[in-house]
Amino acid sequence: MSKKEKVEKGYRELPIGGVLLVPGSADDYSTGGWRKLRPILDKNKCTNCKICWVMCPDSAVIVEDGEMIGFDLEHCKGCGICAVECPDKVSAITMVEEEEEEENK
Amino acid sequence: MAVETKVRCQVGLTGNSAVAYAMKQINPEVVAAYPITPSTGVIEEFSSYVADGKVDTELITVESEHSAMSACVGSSSAGVRVITTTSSQGLALMWEMLYIASGMRLPIVLACVNRALSAPINIHCDHSDSMGARDSGWIQLYSETVQEAYDNMIQAVRIAEHPDVLLPVMVCMDGFITSHAIENLCLLDDSEVRDFIGEYRPKHSLLDIDNPITYGAFVLSDNYIEIKRQQSEAMVRARGVVAEVDRDFGSRFGREYGLVESYRMDDAEVAIVILSSASGTTRVAVDEMRKSGKKVGLVRPRVFRPFPYVEMQDALKGVQALAVLDRVDSMSSFGGPLFVETRSALYGAKEAPLVIGRIFGLGGRDYKVDNAIGVYKHLLEIKDTGRVEKLVDYITVRE
Repeated sequence: MSKKEKVEKGYRELPIGGVLLVPGSADDYSTGGWRKLRPILDKNKCTNCKICWVMCPDSAVIVEDGEMIGFDLEHCKGCGICAVECPDKVSAITMVEEEEEEENK
Repeated sequence: MAVETKVRCQVGLTGNSAVAYAMKQINPEVVAAYPITPSTGVIEEFSSYVADGKVDTELITVESEHSAMSACVGSSSAGVRVITTTSSQGLALMWEMLYIASGMRLPIVLACVNRALSAPINIHCDHSDSMGARDSGWIQLYSETVQEAYDNMIQAVRIAEHPDVLLPVMVCMDGFITSHAIENLCLLDDSEVRDFIGEYRPKHSLLDIDNPITYGAFVLSDNYIEIKRQQSEAMVRARGVVAEVDRDFGSRFGREYGLVESYRMDDAEVAIVILSSASGTTRVAVDEMRKSGKKVGLVRPRVFRPFPYVEMQDALKGVQALAVLDRVDSMSSFGGPLFVETRSALYGAKEAPLVIGRIFGLGGRDYKVDNAIGVYKHLLEIKDTGRVEKLVDYITVRE
């Protein structure tokens, strides 16, 4: 269901049986709010090996033109797999308490 | 094995053979099943039809009933006609997937050959399996005879696939009593069945890569109740559709059942409400009682889901004392499900009768004409005294 359907449509207007007619609609659900730890990228250390991009279970690592540019915080749940998978010699990702990050803003 | 014959009527088949034959004529794209007594015969015979090239069906032999219903859900999502069959523990193992089939609005047909649930383990008939699934969102038809089981299978396809319904249908018949007894019945021609059920044209198919869709997605509190509301309305609409399909079946083939069948109810003062094969036994008791001038009758709901509460009110008008006989105990201390729902349907009706619930025949215990006569005699006492001493009780049990 798209965002519009979620908010506005009465039950008669929705597709039956919970069928989703639009592919990729999960993108509309913001699930980043579940996160307790936020991944912080140090671009100076990152080698763009993209292991984090491969391993992220939520496709929340953003890569543009072959370059790792950061995280989709609307969907990242802070599992920290990216930080673990980032090679030890690189260690470009650190997990920081979400609360502290918010305070630092 | 059903013998191919030109003679339409007076073919002797067991309930299982008749259902397998109906499946052969329906020729569904997919059958996924796991054999279990007493429904084994259905899948055993149907697999012969597959092996002999009599059907085009993809027969998926799975490792459990949970997988059977899962394969049905997958196949039905792909947009094809799907049938399965099971009994007792098999239905219990399907439980999780039953709700997924109905919630996803998949028109799967399941032949449920009623058998008692364990423990104690038992292979004979009662309705604890399908009655346990009564709130799983499946339409439920209860067949009295082999003929009706056959006819219900064919009607079930049309009911399930009706665009106003799109719900799975369970066609129940009594284990051994109906499934293994040979009765005379009329078979339809293959072309008659084909014309009656028509082609299945699903709205969506999971395999349509040009129009990609998702089945079974996560739906949170922002939409879940809307999806359930749709499903609930489909069940309300099913009442009309079941009746409409039955009428069309009747006009084409001369056999019509209605949602609720009444037997000698015109002037009946007392009545029994009962499902499936036991109503045949009760019918004999009605005739016996009528011979001595007692005004007794029988009401048999053929459809339990959706519950035909309006038709039940109509059928029971004028009755003063009523016994609802359940071949299952809800273990609620308040009788069986047919009792509870029938009594509830009558609450608020004008001059509602006194209603008692009696549980009978669990685990295949015989229910005989004398048992029904006993109930009628008790009802006549209740009618005369206006007093109910035991609201719910067991019969056909050793005291």
